[in-house]
Amino acid sequence: MPAPFLVATLMIKTAALILSALMLVACGQSVPKTGIVLGMQLEPPGLDPTIGAAAAIDGVVYGNIFEGLTRIIDDGSVQPALAASWTISPDGLVYVFTLQEGVRFHDGSRFDADDVIFSLTRATQPGSANAQKALFAPIKAVEVLDPLHVKVTLHHPAGDFLYNMGLGDAVIVDPQSAANNIVHPIGTGPFTFVEWRKGYAIDLVRNDDYWGNPAKSPSIRFMFIADPAAAYAALLAGDVDGFANYPAPENLPAFENDPRFDVVIGSTEGETILAINNAKAPFDNLLVRRAIAHAINRQDIIDGAMFGRGIPIGSHFSPGHSAYEDLTQFYPFDLDLARALLTEAGYPEGFSASLKLPPPSYARRGGEIIAAQLAKIGIRLTIENMEWAQWLDQVFTNKDYDLSIVSHSEPMDIGIYARPDYYFGYQSATFNAIIDALTVSNDPATRDALLRDAQRQITTDSVNGFLFQFAKMGVWDKRLKGMWRNAPIQGENLSGVYFEN
Amino acid sequence: MTAWLARRLLSLVLTLLAASVVIFLMIEVFPGDPAAFMMGLNADPAALASLQEQLGLNDPLLVRYFSWIGALLQGDFGTSYTYRVPVGELITQRLAVSLPLAVFALILSIIIAFPVAIFAASRAGKPGDTLIMGTTQIGIAIPNFWFAMLLVLLFSTTLRWFSAGGFPGWQAGFFPALKALILPALALAVPQAAILARIMRAALIETLSEDYVRTARAKGLSRGQVIWRHALRNAMIPVLTIIGMQFSFLLAGSIIIENVFFLPGLGRLVFQGIIQRDLIVVKSVVVVLVFAVVLITFLVDLAYVLIDPRLSKRGKGT
Repeated sequence: MPAPFLVATLMIKTAALILSALMLVACGQSVPKTGIVLGMQLEPPGLDPTIGAAAAIDGVVYGNIFEGLTRIIDDGSVQPALAASWTISPDGLVYVFTLQEGVRFHDGSRFDADDVIFSLTRATQPGSANAQKALFAPIKAVEVLDPLHVKVTLHHPAGDFLYNMGLGDAVIVDPQSAANNIVHPIGTGPFTFVEWRKGYAIDLVRNDDYWGNPAKSPSIRFMFIADPAAAYAALLAGDVDGFANYPAPENLPAFENDPRFDVVIGSTEGETILAINNAKAPFDNLLVRRAIAHAINRQDIIDGAMFGRGIPIGSHFSPGHSAYEDLTQFYPFDLDLARALLTEAGYPEGFSASLKLPPPSYARRGGEIIAAQLAKIGIRLTIENMEWAQWLDQVFTNKDYDLSIVSHSEPMDIGIYARPDYYFGYQSATFNAIIDALTVSNDPATRDALLRDAQRQITTDSVNGFLFQFAKMGVWDKRLKGMWRNAPIQGENLSGVYFEN
Repeated sequence: MTAWLARRLLSLVLTLLAASVVIFLMIEVFPGDPAAFMMGLNADPAALASLQEQLGLNDPLLVRYFSWIGALLQGDFGTSYTYRVPVGELITQRLAVSLPLAVFALILSIIIAFPVAIFAASRAGKPGDTLIMGTTQIGIAIPNFWFAMLLVLLFSTTLRWFSAGGFPGWQAGFFPALKALILPALALAVPQAAILARIMRAALIETLSEDYVRTARAKGLSRGQVIWRHALRNAMIPVLTIIGMQFSFLLAGSIIIENVFFLPGLGRLVFQGIIQRDLIVVKSVVVVLVFAVVLITFLVDLAYVLIDPRLSKRGKGT
């Protein structure tokens, strides 16, 4: 027999052998459910929340591996965490934190006041790569009173200081392990990091020495599934137990009709906006921006781009917040009025402009709809699709754009409108004064009033087209309990999540 | 043979060197700042600048090329901008998925294609041949990602025999790991098998019209016997070429299948690297892939010579 034939026979035999062995493995694989497997669309680039901005970092580590002095819980309120309690001086300048006793990092080293000093100063040091240095800007000095007491002195009163200390960017790390947290995070949280198989999954196990209430689930695995179709299949096949944020709204009806799953729609802190380059003609003309606002039909965008999931917004603020002001009817949908405004602005025939869109489907789908809507008043948009890095480069950094669509996912970020060189190109002394007053205000009622003023101001100036609040689309196995409905921050503490069998 | 080998090796090295320059320059003209990507929409400008400094993004072009290529020669691929771990480690982890997947898919492709081609060639022009060739036409026409989704729908979500994707890693055991690769390998293999079967059938039929085949037939061998004893070996040259190309394709080009099955393979590493502007990862993986392709081509050349020793002698004359 010639050699090729022999080889072929041999190969067929080997393959048959392997296949039959695999079938055996397949049959014996009904292992009882122990831990929880959650799907995530984006894999975090690293696991240190203090030096990266990606929401996916907090999605894995916040509240699970790392904790801050305070924590933000599912209703958005600030609760004690590593700081058991605190006192604030009457002038709002001095905070004395009393730390939790008996807390240890996952590597066994003891947590005390020195770790707090290290973490807070590390973020503010020159050369620090903390993306949110502004959070720490009010801090003037941090002192150790004794191992369980820390005194923080501020430059000025800061009403959101305790809130900011509960964000992922402000978690407490250990000096010995801090540098390595990006690949092997060591915190004080209810779960301990085990392994990160890059491109595939991150495994956490319950921290049995946790200082607080122990986690209910023995382990958590985050599995990274970028492709929405693959995410769908993985849920149906039972490879993952749920998605805290399911990536494709178009599949939700299928899950809603499937008795195995719960679909829970909540809200996030993501304001989706039609970003307008206020510094560039013709968008530097308030009348043009108002014309755009009148020409946008939010519900059509929500229905078309998000399959109906999303709450209309009229300013850059989360509808879930107590200071929320409903401004969605400030510029009612009115094409005649929009055309009249354009004519008044000197563009009776409209004009042409570009719309640069980042990759997410909300932007790409929303862009098509907005282009069609604005075409009705004579604004002819050329859509340019780009990837994130290009978008960051052209739109965000170099401000080389007319219009764009993007979701700003950071919580409580209305302050970005006061930034001098931000990509909106918006400058307003009135607005800056409101934010300055807000920064130093401590009184909740005054703060709420100022936040309402801020919302009204950017809406009056029609800085951007305010579209909708991004929905948190949770899909999970019906037996999975304790997942968050809303996402007041970018992470989700999973210590209360468990399987009810 | 030695001279032939030396010439081959030299061209291999030159190809790699040229490729490294092209890759480096292409990546340099890429717009987008990796640091900006990592820091997000709220980034503090000072923090951004210090990260750019940390990543060495501010050095001149030539300095960066030589430090990259110098380190590469010592086996140091550098450190990933985003993951902050050695790129070599990332590539090794990903190769542990991509390489077995490519080999597995190629074996499946050969297992399917060879018998089919031999069967079809031995019945050239008859209904059986027509049926098979029609089927392979469909095999080529089906996009592999779509076929992959059908496989997932049937075997994962309906029958639940296999996971819809993912890869438990070889540390989970040989068979569980292999099992995770079955559907992806099948999805990759079927279109490749269709191509391979058509090429091989054509090569076999062409060989069957050669004089020596006619002589063999005249001596009383049946058509089938002629294929087994004479035609197969002589039809292997085009088949080997295609197999070599397919292996390169399977290694570098399975990115869509990796996405459908969320496999942590090389293709997705490059894709992610491009998206996140983790340029050092992109550069290194592309170099590794170029090396693999050049090496495979070299091995295929070597295999030609083993099958048909005349080829190395023919080379001497030119």
